[in-house]
Amino acid sequence: MLDRDEDILKAAEDWQKAGRGVALATVVETWGSAPRPAGSSLVINDEGTFLGSVSGGCVEGAVVTEAMDVIQSGKPRMLEFGVADETAWNVGLSCGGTIRVFVEKVG
Amino acid sequence: MKLDILHELNAERAARRPVILVTDTESGEQRLVKATDFAKDPLGAELDKQLRMGKSASVEAGGKKLFLNVYAPTAKLVIVGAVHISQALAPLARSLGYDVTVVDPRTAFASPERFPDVPLVAEWPETALPPLNVDSYTAFVAVTHDPKIDDPALLHAFERNCFYIGALGSRKTHAKRGDRLRAQGAKDSDIARIHAPIGLAIGAVSPSEIAVSIMAEITAVLRLPPKEKEEAA
Repeated sequence: MLDRDEDILKAAEDWQKAGRGVALATVVETWGSAPRPAGSSLVINDEGTFLGSVSGGCVEGAVVTEAMDVIQSGKPRMLEFGVADETAWNVGLSCGGTIRVFVEKVG
Repeated sequence: MKLDILHELNAERAARRPVILVTDTESGEQRLVKATDFAKDPLGAELDKQLRMGKSASVEAGGKKLFLNVYAPTAKLVIVGAVHISQALAPLARSLGYDVTVVDPRTAFASPERFPDVPLVAEWPETALPPLNVDSYTAFVAVTHDPKIDDPALLHAFERNCFYIGALGSRKTHAKRGDRLRAQGAKDSDIARIHAPIGLAIGAVSPSEIAVSIMAEITAVLRLPPKEKEEAA
């Protein structure tokens, strides 16, 4: 992928410096017809504001919720979404692919 | 991600220097590796491959699950010459993800009517090129056919170490160009870097076909490892 994610990592740094709790979610593996390639990322702050994407919009809500826990605990976690996964049905990864998303605290 | 790593990552990206962020996805440990340090890194070969492909990926190494997140600068294409070929080349390059700029001091050529939605600089190369920050993530093509415009542009491309340099013209034209550029201080190794005749040999006839052959050649130079690159050229 050619890099077009400038604003996301810049926002992560700016938010952190402004004293916000910040988490970064990154697609690390994809199988099947995943909507966004590995390396795609989403930045979230503790007010629930987020920028970027890890899917076509299907799992962002669930990722933001998990990210809130990661900001609290400081411990990274790996999330998996896909058709074989009950959660995926709940949040609706409609494209039929599977993705793994690494969520980490910034700072 | 530790703040100092994030800060360094953003600084490297702002400077258009390629880096890869290596994350142990179990422990969360991270390190940033600059492309200039790949050779001495234990993951060197993997890092090199991923950067060349411009693709992030998960790998296993030393019993660890690692995610290699590639941050490659957006490639630029500078087209010197607002000619018919460039009208086909500019939109094609944009669809491939390049930031495109067209430079031509001849205002009759460099008109917005001929190049809608493409940044145009209607200045001589000496004025137009320095602000464009031409670098090693820039492909550079000179297609005016006019030595007064192409030659200074090519000298600038040598100096900035563009990853691809191409120039329009037959072998005969190119031989004369080599003589002129050498007279202006270019080295033989600089001249050897020019792809001329420009583009892969696909029998291109129309401006659009020539544009395809040029972008195919640029893609090959960007993506293929050095040996296969020679075979394609």
